Amino acid sequence: MRTGLLAKKVGMTRLFNAEGNQVPVTVLDVNGVQVVAQRTKEKDGYTAIQLGIGSRKANRVNKPTRGHYAKAKVEPKRRLVEFRVDEKNLVAVGAELAASHFLPGQFVDVTGTSIGKGFAGAMKRWNFRGLEATHGVSVVHRSHGSVGQRQDPGKVFRGKKMAGHLGDEQVTVQNLQVMSVDDEQGFVFLQGAIPGMEGGYVEVRDAVKHKMPAKAPVPAAVKAAAEKKE
Amino acid sequence: MNTIQKINKAKLDELKGSRAIPEFAPGDTLRVQVKVTEGDKSRLQAYEGICIARKSAGINSSFTVRKISFGEGVERVFPLYAPVVDKIEVVRRGKVRRSKLYYLRDRRGRAARIAEESMGGASGVATAAEAEKTGAEKA
Repeated sequence: MRTGLLAKKVGMTRLFNAEGNQVPVTVLDVNGVQVVAQRTKEKDGYTAIQLGIGSRKANRVNKPTRGHYAKAKVEPKRRLVEFRVDEKNLVAVGAELAASHFLPGQFVDVTGTSIGKGFAGAMKRWNFRGLEATHGVSVVHRSHGSVGQRQDPGKVFRGKKMAGHLGDEQVTVQNLQVMSVDDEQGFVFLQGAIPGMEGGYVEVRDAVKHKMPAKAPVPAAVKAAAEKKE
Repeated sequence: MNTIQKINKAKLDELKGSRAIPEFAPGDTLRVQVKVTEGDKSRLQAYEGICIARKSAGINSSFTVRKISFGEGVERVFPLYAPVVDKIEVVRRGKVRRSKLYYLRDRRGRAARIAEESMGGASGVATAAEAEKTGAEKA
């Protein structure tokens, strides 16, 4: 397993594909994705690399975290995420990953945090149909209705779908196709929608349900400039 | 300008450079050469009718062409910059007073006529739409 990428959701637009059809695409910004730390079997019991994206003022970062970044010789990042990798696919600390990590046509899974909807009713949250608009129903048109049976069982079953908090949770969308990759500007174009707000950070991995393309860069596509800095 | 706008502009400039789009407006009769792919062969198919609407939205711009086909009204919405739109020819300039000619949907034959713009029109070209109209007038 090779690493995925951290990315910023820029927004959505439309592109014409090879057949000339319009395709909805999500634009991801993968600029400034750097390896901040490695996790090794000997030291941590598992192998992974920690990626960082975005930037943060150094004086806004607490001292222990600043030390963590200093150790990697990397500017403080907005977001840190670990990606599990095989031992042979570890990437050097400080390396900056490029958009060409993903190939056009390949499939990816995207994990993000969905837009928070607050306290939502049963209709919005669980697609309940609500109560009738007429026939004597008053005030409770959007309520969920009955929540159980009678004296037996005499309780509401655990996990009953009711009103409550909706959104702002981790959501993974699988099997999104990469439309194109702009290595110069650091953009990845995915067909379809992904969870979260524009400007939110998401994790992009090779799709678990598709074979990885043979030409995909392993262990990762590293920017040449970043290597010079090291 | 945000990033999405920048991306759209770059794509639009790229598309604009590769094709010439004539000036046309709602009310004009257009002949659109549409690329049709059958199997691995690709050919051009003409779609002729009245432009009843234009949407100007950068890369998402589109126009709607309405025609009467076998007595049935047919409308097709073409993305202005789509590669499937090979060529747009203006057959006739129409004189209209609004930008969206949706009222044509409720009209047939003579009532659905559009006066030709006096200047710069390709007059004398008998279009399918005109032929139908003259037929209706005779009847």
